Amino acid sequence: MRNESRVYLGIGSFFVLILVIYFVWSRESTGSVLLLASAGLGLLPGLYIGWWSRRMQQRPEDVDEVAPRDITGVVGQFPENTIFPFTLGVGAWLVGLAFVFGLWFAIIGLGFVFGAAIGATLESKRASLSERENRV
Amino acid sequence: MTTLQEPLVQTAGVVEHERKAPGGFYKWITSVDHKVIGKNYMYTALTFMFIAGAMALLIRTQLFNPDGHVVSLQTYNELFTIHGSMMLYLFAGPFAFGGFANFIIPLQIGAPDMAFPRLNNLSYWLYLLGGVTMLFGFFTASGAAAFGWVAYAPLSSAPYSPGPGPDLWIVSIALVGFSGIFTAVNLVTTIFYLRAPGMTMFRMPLFSWSMLVTGILILIAFPVLTAALVLLYADRHYGAHFFSVAGGGVPVMWQNLFWFFGHPEVYILALPFFGIISELIPVFSRKPIFGYKGMVFATLAIAGLSTGVWAHHMFTTGTVLLPFFSALSLLIAVPTGIKVFTWIATMWGGQIRFNTSMLFAVGFIFAFVMGGITGVMLASPPIDFYTHDTYFVVAHFHQVLIGTTIFAGFAGIYYWYPKLTGRFLHEGLGKWNFWVTFIGFWITFMPQYLLGLRGMPRRIAIYSPTDGFTFLNRMSTVGSYMMGIGMFLFLLNFIISWRRPRPAGDNPWDGFTLEWATSSPPPAHNFHSLPAIRSARPTWDMNHPEHADAVPAVTGGDESAQ
Repeated sequence: MRNESRVYLGIGSFFVLILVIYFVWSRESTGSVLLLASAGLGLLPGLYIGWWSRRMQQRPEDVDEVAPRDITGVVGQFPENTIFPFTLGVGAWLVGLAFVFGLWFAIIGLGFVFGAAIGATLESKRASLSERENRV
Repeated sequence: MTTLQEPLVQTAGVVEHERKAPGGFYKWITSVDHKVIGKNYMYTALTFMFIAGAMALLIRTQLFNPDGHVVSLQTYNELFTIHGSMMLYLFAGPFAFGGFANFIIPLQIGAPDMAFPRLNNLSYWLYLLGGVTMLFGFFTASGAAAFGWVAYAPLSSAPYSPGPGPDLWIVSIALVGFSGIFTAVNLVTTIFYLRAPGMTMFRMPLFSWSMLVTGILILIAFPVLTAALVLLYADRHYGAHFFSVAGGGVPVMWQNLFWFFGHPEVYILALPFFGIISELIPVFSRKPIFGYKGMVFATLAIAGLSTGVWAHHMFTTGTVLLPFFSALSLLIAVPTGIKVFTWIATMWGGQIRFNTSMLFAVGFIFAFVMGGITGVMLASPPIDFYTHDTYFVVAHFHQVLIGTTIFAGFAGIYYWYPKLTGRFLHEGLGKWNFWVTFIGFWITFMPQYLLGLRGMPRRIAIYSPTDGFTFLNRMSTVGSYMMGIGMFLFLLNFIISWRRPRPAGDNPWDGFTLEWATSSPPPAHNFHSLPAIRSARPTWDMNHPEHADAVPAVTGGDESAQ
């Protein structure tokens, strides 16, 4: 994980550098605030990942030579076909259109959004219970 | 849910649980497979590209004659606005980070899918619905947005741009922006957490590196745009005064906010295509890339620098720190130059195969260098003052953007089409596609440089016969029709491969990276078995153990046999 955090830290520290130069030189507020936020966006995940990388064992994808015992086991759980992202997308779209055509679009849209939220939650629960290792 | 075991150990790794998979249209709507979503993105983006390209031809037809009467002045403004918006927001970006990245990244790093498959599906629908929303503007009584793709205040304020068209534009860009942010989160997470064992960061293919950096840039840039759009909407409808002088606001703040998104956006569009070129030039030159780490650091340097140069679009506002932005803009030529040097050095002394894909890649280098050099010129304020808002700038950014998105993008399509579909595109027709587009490209945009130097402003619908712009404009229009024919040849090629498929096999180009180690098209969850990853070219190491550039493997690749 060390290199992942360095990617973020590298970009973040570069922003700190140009933020200092830019602010001292121009005293312009919009750009300085934006650069400050960008520096935060770079440093925050960088420091977090770096903090974790010191506390965890090296993952198989971080080592040059992989031992056979490192490459067994579960990669992850991946969902199957589901309608709810589409429902959520349509809901978000209708809420967006409400800003142009009137509030009533948002009422329909929010219906879709909440429907998708409830549906996706129930679906996830059902799916994870169907996995052998998740059964109690 | 599907639980995946590591494929190296358990060859039949996918433990499907018993549920009948849906078929047909419902399957397409509900699929969370990154390959299906990636293809959806590509087809949608190409459709938007053809629509926006047709608008470009209309624009050029209007400018063929002085005092042209093809479209009305208002329609002309709508056309160039929606042409630019569609090409930048709906085609170039999503084509790369939604289409190519979605399809290729999990395959290249040996992952079964993206990290958040359902989020991936959601971002496609936000993109599609948001994109279509932008076109709704043409069906409203007052027409679509007509303030240019940059939507400068105060032109974009309610008094100057009334009606629902601009609002539809704002909503559309916001939805597409969210879709981009979700995709970026997905990409960065996938690359950080789902790499195959042994795929260290510095063994990742350069396309994956480019997409990682693009993802980070999206996360920096798009939220700024979304925030700016919210402010703009508040100005238009809720009587806020962020960008109106009357209420104490600052119109130039819109430009600052917009270009803080807009300039990284240019590199969000360019970096993925740099990555594509960095993938296929080594493959078709039969050499490893020259200076892998140099390329990685150049990519990171571009990411940093591109965020610090936003105000070079605002030199003529008189409110920006000229030396700072000029210096950083000139500096960005250094990492870009490293990249161009690396591509040429990779080809140097290689056994180059000039098939369609490679032709497009080399064409990209020509086009991009031309656009890049004029970019360096524009980075110096004295030249920018002279050429700002003229056709010189138009020619510059079209050469950069068409160079990257069309030439490099098509290089990528011809390169990965066998992986996408298991079929070849026709080589002969592909070469026609390249040459017609390429020649048309130069005929279109070289006259525009001259027009710009003679003082033709951009975004004008008519010019006078006495201006002396007529001949160059006609040349440019003829070139643009040639490009249109070139695009049509691509469509033809596509249809031919659809009606008369020519099977390609799993690894037709003898590729280097992991995506060529699986079948074409790849199975559900991508890999039945993975080669051992000991270098940046795992598939090459597996297929050519005698030439392998990796540390010699003790067991010949099958580590489970130890």
